[in-house]
Amino acid sequence: MELKDKLITSFVAFEQGLTGEHDVLHNIRLEGLKTFEEKGFPTKKEEAWKYTSLNSILKKEFTILPKKEVALDYKEVKKYFLSDSDTYKLVFINGIFSSHLSETTHDGIDVCLMSSAMNKPKYKMVIDNYYNQAVDKSDVFSALNSAYATEGAFINVPKSKVVSKPIEIIYFTTLEDQALLTQPRNLVVVGENAHVQILERHQSLTDSNVLTNSVTEIFAHKRAICDYYKLQNDLESSNLIDNTFIKQKQESRVSVHTFSFGGKITRNNLNFYQDGERIDSTLKGITLIGNKQHVDHYTLVSHNQPNCESHQNYKSIYDDNSVGVFNGKIYVDKIAQKTDGFQQNNNILLSEKAAVYTKPQLEIFADDVKCSHGCTIGQLDDEAMFYMRQRGIPQKEAKALLMYAFTDEVMETVKIPELKAKVAKLIATKLGVSMGFEI
Amino acid sequence: MLQIKNLHASVEDKEILKGINLEVKAGEIHAIMGPNGAGKSTLSSVIAGNEAFEVTEGDIILEGEELGELAPEERAHKGVFLSFQYPVEIPGVSVTNFMKTAINESRKAQGMEEMPASEMLKKIKEKAELLEIDRKFLSRSLNEGFSGGEKKRNEIFQMAMLEPKLAILDETDSGLDIDALRIVANGVNKLKSKDNAIIVITHYQRLLEYIVPDFVHVLHDGKIVKTGGKELALELEEKGYDWIKSSVEK
Repeated sequence: MELKDKLITSFVAFEQGLTGEHDVLHNIRLEGLKTFEEKGFPTKKEEAWKYTSLNSILKKEFTILPKKEVALDYKEVKKYFLSDSDTYKLVFINGIFSSHLSETTHDGIDVCLMSSAMNKPKYKMVIDNYYNQAVDKSDVFSALNSAYATEGAFINVPKSKVVSKPIEIIYFTTLEDQALLTQPRNLVVVGENAHVQILERHQSLTDSNVLTNSVTEIFAHKRAICDYYKLQNDLESSNLIDNTFIKQKQESRVSVHTFSFGGKITRNNLNFYQDGERIDSTLKGITLIGNKQHVDHYTLVSHNQPNCESHQNYKSIYDDNSVGVFNGKIYVDKIAQKTDGFQQNNNILLSEKAAVYTKPQLEIFADDVKCSHGCTIGQLDDEAMFYMRQRGIPQKEAKALLMYAFTDEVMETVKIPELKAKVAKLIATKLGVSMGFEI
Repeated sequence: MLQIKNLHASVEDKEILKGINLEVKAGEIHAIMGPNGAGKSTLSSVIAGNEAFEVTEGDIILEGEELGELAPEERAHKGVFLSFQYPVEIPGVSVTNFMKTAINESRKAQGMEEMPASEMLKKIKEKAELLEIDRKFLSRSLNEGFSGGEKKRNEIFQMAMLEPKLAILDETDSGLDIDALRIVANGVNKLKSKDNAIIVITHYQRLLEYIVPDFVHVLHDGKIVKTGGKELALELEEKGYDWIKSSVEK
């Protein structure tokens, strides 16, 4: 059966299996299913999916509701974590929470499960006020996620609370010999003046096909700070549709750094909605792929109020037959005067067969704004290569140093030192070099 | 130390060097002067192995070994150093880390262990003092946001760190004010020994007041057209390059 039909016909039985959810969720699920039923999966005929075809992944026979709990030994998966102890951890295996690998808390903040928020009376208000409120209801993948999502991370940071250590959200998949569709759902609420750092990753541990359709909603209240990092270094049998929606209140600062190194097809839909004055939004990314990998960044910054800023900077390196897409839309409402919107997308093609499609999209309705955008596509600078090789640095290492230098503007705003070191190491590994220092 | 025999080189099928002959012995300083477009920078690039230029004829021999087929890094490992006219900016890589990488890659190529960290630090400190370079400067990204003078001083600092057998200084004086020029020249003079050699490429004789050459060569239209002692530089300054052009054409 086609995946679409399977999802539609399985829904009633799926929903009957859920008990004790807040009432509001039923309507959200139905509405999501209806949108999905009407629209179906996007094809290349749609402008927003012009360069990214899902045909090859959707043909598989998917398991959509894995039931069996799987246990993993910490030693096996240790390398995917940031550090041994100093983080809160929310770990899921095939969509099911693993308490054994996790470290949750309710001490001053909530770092816990979406299923708790969906069921427990004390979180009913949170669901009523926030759940599905930032999501673009017309987006078909988000709609599908809304229909089926039952689990994920729920992070609630109250007013003025500074979370002392980073929060890691990791989704492992382990199915053998069957394709898996998984639909995690994260909700992050950052209260007034609160500050939190979050790292999210999706990791398959077997080479079975995986399609992850993830939705994350982030609400940043007045003067809140949220630094969110996405580390995408999955196996080349995994596909990810990542839908992130961020609503910001006045003077809040939210940054999202996306590191796309792995996976087969990765689509990042990243949406910022500014709902207050003097807001700062940062969207940065490093993409480093090869083989037949495909990464598509589709961003939106919606400037709806005056005196706000946005900074977008995406650096991408493509080798072999890999394909990259960057579509960055900046919308400036007619009342959003004094907006400062910056967008930059630089690409390096290392192979003649690699391709990149980059498209800035500016819709500006206010007359007193500063919006700049730029994109470049190039090869490695020969003069710089010669300079480094003249100093005795071999070609491969010189190339790696140059690429590292190319990504520096993104790396410099990573605020978790361990993550920075880990990303630098991943870049070096991807480039097949080991540097004599921590780049 | 260095022998260049009948060297011809082209870029994009345009011949720039048209038969250069030059011999540089250990312990010597040679200056190569000439008008813009004479081929001075091409000569330095070709000796260092820049692949943008094609050697069509002739040989470059360093200590009896033909360099022709060697990659730029292999020539560097054999002791060739080029101080660039326009050093390249490498964001995110500090001067210190760049030098550590360069030194250890050279040692690796020679089958040596990495330089111990304490020795490296000591060396960096010593050479930074020689060039009157501030410690803070060393943790900045390589050449990024450096002034013209800082870039050149940093080039000579790298030369001091790498201790080459043959150093080619390409227009090292351009962009330097008089104080920086003195510091750089002083550094070069202290690095000079009976075992190494230096080629100074310059348009003006100003630098040669501080780094005194044993020989001065005048390059014109891809050939060395005149060779003399240090007084040739003064004569050239006085009479201008037109003097050379007209004497060549006669």
